[in-house]
Amino acid sequence: MELANRKATYKPYAQAIPGAFAIEKLDKAPCRMACPANLNVQGYVQMVKAGKYREAIEIIMRDLPLPGILGRVCPHPCEKSCRRLEVDEAISIRELKRVAADQTDLSEIPVPDVEPKGDKVAIVGSGPAGLSAAYFLALQGYKVSVYESMPEAGGMMRYGIPEHRLPRSVIDREIENLKRYGIEIHTGTAIGKDITLEELRDHGAKAIFLGSGAWKGLKLRIQGEEAEGVYDVTSFLRNVHLGILKKLQGRAVIIGGGHSALDGARVALRLGADEVHIIYRRSLSEMLAEPEEIEEAQNERVKIHFLVAPLKISGENGKVTGIECIRTRLTDPDTTGRRKPVPVEGSEFFIEAEHIIPAIGQEPDLDFLGKDLNLGVSKWNLLTVNPETLQTSVPWIFAGGDAVTGPATVIEAVDAGKKAARYIGKFLQGETLPTEWQEEPPIGTNWVEIRDDEPTLHRMKAPTLPVEKRLFGFDEVNLLADEDTARAEAARCLNCGGCCECYECVKACKAHAVTLETHQQEEQLLTIPVGSVILAPGFAPFDPSRFDTYQYAAFPNVVTSMEFERILSATGPFQGHLSRPSDHQAPAKIAFFQCVGSRDINQCDHAYCSSVCCMYAIKEAVIAKEHAGADLDTAIFFMDMRTHGKDFDRYYNRAKDEAGVRFLRSRIHTIDENPETHDLIFRYADEKGDLKTETFDMIVLSVGLETPEFLVKMADRLNIELDADHFVKTGNFRPVATSRDGIYVCGAFQEPKDIPYSVMESSAAACEAKGDLMAARGTLVQEKTYPKERDVSSEEPRIGVFVCNCGTNIGGIVNVPKVAEYARTLPGVTYVEDNLFTCSQDTQDKIREVIEREGLNRVVVAACTPRTHEPLFQETLRDAGLNKYLFEMANIRNQCSWVHSKEKEEATEKSMDLVRMAVARAQLIQPLPQPTISVDNKALVIGGGIAGMTAALGLADQGYRAYLVEQSKELGGNALKLIDTWQGEDITEHVGQMVKRVTEHALIDVYTESSIKSSDGFVGNFETTISKNGSDISLKHGAVVVAVGAEELRPTEYLYGQDGRVLTHLELDAAIKAESPKVSGAKTAVFIQCVGSREPDRPYCSKVCCTHTVKSALQLKRINPDTDVYVLYRDIRTYGQREALYREARRQGVIFVRYSLEQKPVLEKGTDAVSVTVRDHILGRDILINADLVVLASAIVSRDNGALSQMFKLSLNQDGFFMEAHAKLRPVEFATEGIFLAGMAHYPKPIEESIAQAKAAASRASVVLSKEYITVEGAVSHVNEVLCRGCGKCVDVCPFSAVSLVEREGGKTVAFVQAALCKGCGSCAVACPTGAASIFHYDDQEVLRMVEAALN
Amino acid sequence: MSQEFSPKIVAFACNWCAYSAADLAGVSRFQYPPNMRIIRVMCSGRINPNFILKAFQKGADGVLVSG
Repeated sequence: MELANRKATYKPYAQAIPGAFAIEKLDKAPCRMACPANLNVQGYVQMVKAGKYREAIEIIMRDLPLPGILGRVCPHPCEKSCRRLEVDEAISIRELKRVAADQTDLSEIPVPDVEPKGDKVAIVGSGPAGLSAAYFLALQGYKVSVYESMPEAGGMMRYGIPEHRLPRSVIDREIENLKRYGIEIHTGTAIGKDITLEELRDHGAKAIFLGSGAWKGLKLRIQGEEAEGVYDVTSFLRNVHLGILKKLQGRAVIIGGGHSALDGARVALRLGADEVHIIYRRSLSEMLAEPEEIEEAQNERVKIHFLVAPLKISGENGKVTGIECIRTRLTDPDTTGRRKPVPVEGSEFFIEAEHIIPAIGQEPDLDFLGKDLNLGVSKWNLLTVNPETLQTSVPWIFAGGDAVTGPATVIEAVDAGKKAARYIGKFLQGETLPTEWQEEPPIGTNWVEIRDDEPTLHRMKAPTLPVEKRLFGFDEVNLLADEDTARAEAARCLNCGGCCECYECVKACKAHAVTLETHQQEEQLLTIPVGSVILAPGFAPFDPSRFDTYQYAAFPNVVTSMEFERILSATGPFQGHLSRPSDHQAPAKIAFFQCVGSRDINQCDHAYCSSVCCMYAIKEAVIAKEHAGADLDTAIFFMDMRTHGKDFDRYYNRAKDEAGVRFLRSRIHTIDENPETHDLIFRYADEKGDLKTETFDMIVLSVGLETPEFLVKMADRLNIELDADHFVKTGNFRPVATSRDGIYVCGAFQEPKDIPYSVMESSAAACEAKGDLMAARGTLVQEKTYPKERDVSSEEPRIGVFVCNCGTNIGGIVNVPKVAEYARTLPGVTYVEDNLFTCSQDTQDKIREVIEREGLNRVVVAACTPRTHEPLFQETLRDAGLNKYLFEMANIRNQCSWVHSKEKEEATEKSMDLVRMAVARAQLIQPLPQPTISVDNKALVIGGGIAGMTAALGLADQGYRAYLVEQSKELGGNALKLIDTWQGEDITEHVGQMVKRVTEHALIDVYTESSIKSSDGFVGNFETTISKNGSDISLKHGAVVVAVGAEELRPTEYLYGQDGRVLTHLELDAAIKAESPKVSGAKTAVFIQCVGSREPDRPYCSKVCCTHTVKSALQLKRINPDTDVYVLYRDIRTYGQREALYREARRQGVIFVRYSLEQKPVLEKGTDAVSVTVRDHILGRDILINADLVVLASAIVSRDNGALSQMFKLSLNQDGFFMEAHAKLRPVEFATEGIFLAGMAHYPKPIEESIAQAKAAASRASVVLSKEYITVEGAVSHVNEVLCRGCGKCVDVCPFSAVSLVEREGGKTVAFVQAALCKGCGSCAVACPTGAASIFHYDDQEVLRMVEAALN
Repeated sequence: MSQEFSPKIVAFACNWCAYSAADLAGVSRFQYPPNMRIIRVMCSGRINPNFILKAFQKGADGVLVSG
């Protein structure tokens, strides 16, 4: 569905990176391809739409020098190919060309500056072919002379086409214009008579183009043709236009069906003929003249006799008295599709007339050429030329137009002239010309789609002169359409080709980023040698338009979740106003349908769960309510609520309990629409099974994730294996490794997943690649050197201000010269200039030069935002020998010109204020040192489970030593107790291999039975003391990975610990491993889900239990197929492709019974069995199950992480798990630099995710370890120890643990800032009661000075 | 007739969120009245109450702290 329109030049979205524009090009529009001269029709039509007539003419004149003439007489084959015909009627293209031409003063069109080539070219004939050849040769720089035998230039345009169709003023204007291009026109100069071709050559013409046309009228070859009063139409019209024939008395009969027949007839009428007849031997539909023209002629009383052929011209005394005719009929089409006229016997009749004007064709009169040159002539008396180059049999003579083709259209002649000019140019440059016709690229069909709801709009009707006013003279019949009509007509254009190639963007782009070359860019094939490949191509949202159940394609108010996301976005189609597509009104009720394109094998073949939809639907529902207010009713219709991520269940609970989002467990099968209001109606069954009908204003389809077809093909090309669901096949122990060595995958191409997990995987893939590329690390790095920094401490501020125009981004709104002038008046400012683009490379060179020349010691740039451009300018300062902190920016674009585009004066004033504020601060800023601290490139990994071992291996494989500390006797952690992964890989075996690799790795030192005693230091320089068997070991390291894991809850309910038949998951795995009779002998087994999870005091999902349960249920069925297995659950959360296990369990007869938190199952201990009572929601009754095995899916709980969190200053969440720095952006890092997080210490998770996260942690840690030293930012806080009282308030507020209390000599306690950890936020400076803590580069004075300057 | 009241507003914007949001407003070409002057700070935690008082003292009609 389309929510909004965008142009062909567009930025994908406001926050897009890079923040650059793209141009969408499709195949060339069909109108352009249909034009013989290849005119960029779409381009000039778009210009007309915008009222930019001059620009339209500039586009036309790239291919055609005679816009006003063709705007009147072109038979417009373009219109026949117009795709608007599929909707209603073709665009009136010719009319629009004429409007543009008539609205434009051609003398305003700049003549391009071309380098003269020196060579002369002579053109014979000043018709469209000759003039076009002359124009395009002149554009190449040739000196062109045109020779015309007639008294005036224009050829058939002047002497053939009558004035009522083409006013002479138009011809005069356009021919006159050509003289500006340096074209000389010699009229009244007949070749062969006044001068010969050889003489032209002797006078310096290096090449000659013959565009002499076809002026000799064909004879009827019937009896009586010699009588007076019979003349061919060409001679007739020529005589009229020469002024020889001014009047016609009597009756005239014109014979023929082409343009010239009609021209002859209409001219005869205007000369005063009493009656004018046209006889044509075929019917109306075969007539070559256009229907409008035929209609106009008939309006003017021209009598057209169809299916009539001439037999004989009668005469008396040598004068015509009439013509004898016979009626014809058309045969059935022959093999060429033409219907032949045959006479109808006995149908002869007679038309009395004094004038008979045959208009049946013309041929060239080539007598003027003489015989000497021996030019090739065909049997039809046409010049023969090479069809591609238009070169004649004499190499320096080219020919085109009617002389070559016989009578044809003006536009075809123009194209011939253009083509000849191209090859004459090549010929004169000594290039080899092709000998054969060059195949043109095929016409594409990849055009803009025509919308189903494209409204029907009628073609414009150009006004015409009233018939009664026409016949007294030769006034133009077709009048100029008014601008509104023309622009509305242009707006009907469908823009088939995407970008219309008007190249207005090229003119507009002052940075020269968009050029004509940019427009010609084509796909390139590059070969890049690499050592590793990472695939992160993502997914496609499922397209529900092929899914008629939800009527997405038919009902406007059914949208996908992706579209709804855009609707909610401030940069979206409705600027963040919640409104529905049908009427743009705010909806009052929105329903969300889950699992559209997921968990469905009937409709979409996607059996898997897309993992993310439940969470995003809740988020969208909550945000919609935030936008619209609490009255908005949102209801989510779902099967299982899968909010298994960290803190997701809390969000779900809040959505339900606080935001009031309704959750309904029901899958909807049919939607109806009220056709008037477009409201949506459907039925569903509620919790009790009662059927309800509700009406909603809008339905959001929570579409799943799928791999698009092109990625399937890419995988095939890369030779990597995909699974049946088209996701990349990976193992649980190498979750980002594809089937091909060296190629890694991350994100949803591996399996549908959310952002945190995708980001984790991306770092994991980087870790794998870094391991592969270890030997090449750093080999492509080039070190940059800077000049020595100038000491400016004793200098008065000498501030240079550079004000940027940013093309027109700033300069178009803000009066930049005024701002620059104002800056000159500010204290301390010694140099000011304004630039078109201050960020361009040449300006950087200039700034550097100016700093040196003018001795500047502070630089202020008034331009865009420091967030993107400060580093660039600071680099320039460093290159000029200035400390980078001596720089300040005034944001006059993003925060001024762009947001006040309609208030130019105010924006200028604001810019002046912003510059004043920046200059005020610049006076105070000081150079700051950026000390470096060396980095110890070893890492400490805490925890020897799967995550810890993986992290240690990830680091060691990259060449960094890892200290692996494990509190228990052996490595392996929880994994030692598990049987297999959900994909069936043997965990014991894999963990065994992992332990072996760890213990044997030369760069891993393992400390078992060890604990962390204390730790000190900061990123790059930690010192940690571990305690092993009572003795302390001190380890120095640069980074830490915390991977201490989590543990299984020991339940306190469901008879756990009171009855030996009640086991936890881990105990069940142990029992299965031990082949216990408890398992093999069980007749009835019951699994109870969410034991300890998703409870009020532990409101999170333990993520792994549902998968573990269905896997174990299948294991029980394998061990003993007769075992009855029940699973009592709240929501089954077999997310992603784990859904397959759930489906298989149901297939094998595992019975799933849902219970609610309010009515949990009740267990009673019996002698033979444990009786389990559970309330079945569907039956509405209690079920009693006598089980001899009860498995509790008990929660995963955090370890006691308090001590560790204190020691390393790490935060824990409410559930005791460690808190990452940012859930999405920094999922494996802590806010404290240099410390990383992996595995279940973060949150419960399965093996594959722990491994991915551990690799990610290793990857992120290696970023620190790979550096020889860390550069400490200068803009950090510092403490004046004289003023400090050691109160520690700064320590409390520091979010980065950068401040600590230290004891100085004499026992004084003071705060100390570890600059390497400080982020310069300044919280300490605010908290400090004595003013001891302050912050460099943003101290109180600087800020206060800005406040004062702002209000000055 | 007195002119329509146009308040002078000083805004303190955190570099990492509010200031970049103001940039994004520009990128998105959202239009808002031109009577606010934004001062970039590295964190809204940096805003000393003195800054706000100073702004009022110097004649600000409103102060926006955003972060």
